[in-house]
Amino acid sequence: MSQQAFQDMRQSIVDGAPETAARLAREALDTGILPLDAINNGYVPGMHSVGEQFAHHNMFLPDMMASAEAMRAALEVIEPELKRLGTTRPVAGTVVLGTTRGDIHEIGKALVGTLLSANGFRVFDLGVDVAGETFAAKARELHADIVGVSALLTTTMRNQKTVIEALERDGLRSQVKVIVGGAPVTRAWAAEIGADGYAKDAVSAVALARSLMERKPTCVATGDAR
Amino acid sequence: MRPKLHLLDDRLIQRILTEAFQLLETPGVRVAPCVFDLLASAGARVDNGVAHIPEWLARKALGTAPREFHLYNRAGDPAVCYGGDHVHYDPGSSCLNILDAETQSPRPAQSADLIRLVQLTEQLPQFAAQSTAMVCHDVPTEIGDWYRLLLVLWHSKKPVVTGAFSASSLQTMLDLLSIEAGAPDALRQRPRAIFDVCPSPPLNWSDFACHNMVDLARAGVPAEIVSMPLAGATAPVTLAGSVVQHAAECISGITIHQLAASGSPVVWGGAPAIFDMRTGNTPMGAIETVMLDLACSQVGKSLGLPTHAYLVAGDSKVVDAQSQSESGISAVLGALAGINMISGAGMLDFLACHSIEKLVIDAEAIASAQRLIGGIEPLTETLATGMFAQVGLQGDFLKLKETRALFRREQHFPSSIIDRGVGTGNRNDDILARARSRVNELLAGYAPPRLAPDREVSLREFAAREAQKIGFSSLPGLCREPASLHAVL
Repeated sequence: MSQQAFQDMRQSIVDGAPETAARLAREALDTGILPLDAINNGYVPGMHSVGEQFAHHNMFLPDMMASAEAMRAALEVIEPELKRLGTTRPVAGTVVLGTTRGDIHEIGKALVGTLLSANGFRVFDLGVDVAGETFAAKARELHADIVGVSALLTTTMRNQKTVIEALERDGLRSQVKVIVGGAPVTRAWAAEIGADGYAKDAVSAVALARSLMERKPTCVATGDAR
Repeated sequence: MRPKLHLLDDRLIQRILTEAFQLLETPGVRVAPCVFDLLASAGARVDNGVAHIPEWLARKALGTAPREFHLYNRAGDPAVCYGGDHVHYDPGSSCLNILDAETQSPRPAQSADLIRLVQLTEQLPQFAAQSTAMVCHDVPTEIGDWYRLLLVLWHSKKPVVTGAFSASSLQTMLDLLSIEAGAPDALRQRPRAIFDVCPSPPLNWSDFACHNMVDLARAGVPAEIVSMPLAGATAPVTLAGSVVQHAAECISGITIHQLAASGSPVVWGGAPAIFDMRTGNTPMGAIETVMLDLACSQVGKSLGLPTHAYLVAGDSKVVDAQSQSESGISAVLGALAGINMISGAGMLDFLACHSIEKLVIDAEAIASAQRLIGGIEPLTETLATGMFAQVGLQGDFLKLKETRALFRREQHFPSSIIDRGVGTGNRNDDILARARSRVNELLAGYAPPRLAPDREVSLREFAAREAQKIGFSSLPGLCREPASLHAVL
């Protein structure tokens, strides 16, 4: 019975069906399935499957976004129950995200944030046009593991460096890994400004962030969409 | 007959404009505080940073925007005509990387690279204008935008397509242009440069972009709106829907611009693209991206406005068959669409990398496109019978005076880059090898265009003062020798 329920949960994520994912979560809790089991045996394998299918070009970004939304809907149901039981979902890592000063582009950063959240990271999105000092303050407040800085334009990309400088000024640089992304950003640029690495898109950024957390304090960087 | 390509019928254009005007009212356009009063006093409603622009106000602005204007070369002669079906090309702009000529690997661009590109562009008649093509990594980022313009002005006489990275550096760039022109009035009367200004999709004019639009309008220096809807990501997934958003962004920009200075020159331009749902990339060589450019331009032309688009770029990471087929196709289609300024030549890898070699190959595709829109004309009194009357069935047309008089007009002769069996080069040379030879040949023929000595001194002194403000004392690339990496670095 549980195996079928887990399979349905997994499929609801693959299908990108938030209503189904939430209903299955309610039904699971009603029938006594432990919330962590639902997450680890049902929904998380669904996200893994989506990631694999995306990598093989069988799924596309809109499908990924729908799957992430389904994951969010399921967690909305499950997390209050986790809290009631006094347990917590393991957090893959804490990430502070934002688009750099002078840049008001949202899409790539939002995609990275959505996929990180769906894959178990705690993500705080500072929004767009964010100063380096604001990144540093939020990283300190949340004890962030990773700070992700997005930029769409060649004109604003240079401000990614100011985030690293702010973290250095605040004495946080050794504790926080900086990941930079955006259309004009390259691995060479990431290295030039002293960021911790590079990934070509949001999906590989998730894999790299996982890898980073596993071998902390080693570091990564994300690429985001244009 | 001039061959033309239209993607939209009149009815669809009207639907696009109708919805664009609707968007300007609801949900409106996010704008910066510096234009709140400008818009509100003219009749727009501004709530919480969002301007709701009524159609009558937008149409009034569209009515005052010039239908045609020129960019001028250093001598003060008109060299680019924005308006009608005039078609011009310039290299892509603001690139961070250059594909190294020897290794064909990308590396950060230096001022010497920009100078080489400017010198080549100067030598290639296919390019009516220069662009501030690269961000130079040997120049501090604080002065990087205006320094690009300085180098172009120093090494070229052609008009320039440029843009500022901040509101404050725009003034420095206008000062440079004024010095080069001799006086601010000269710049207004005979502008040599046009500035790209980008709204942020969807429907958002940032503080920096609003400032630039207002300042350019008041300076009388042309502004080129570069609206960049990404179909499926920051704009509707349908091509028609993205064209609506592009129209709304352009019309709102023109409204701000014309309210700041009615009659100031402005261009309906853009760099729209599809959003690749596999990678999140924005393929500039995709046929759907080209279709967006052509459709957006057609809407602007329906309003009688000057137009611009971003084409002739390829998405592969090296100069190869993909990059050149994508670039060639869009060069031809842009010409058939009658787009006034087509930017993008030389660029690769989703606009992340410039290539000198690609630029000279692209020039060949552009030359073919320019020949194409020359069309087929009846150049003789009879089309063929008159010539047959002279040669009969013997068919010796090579001897006819008409042949000698007209073959240069009818046939375009490509450079040695295109293999037509001409020349003594190595028959095994591929197109990259032929492009390298062509680059060397063109650079060898480049003659530095000297400014009047007093203006040259003023320009150098001004640049030195501006650079000194951030403690930068050298001025790379202002030597007068023919450009070479060694001479500049």
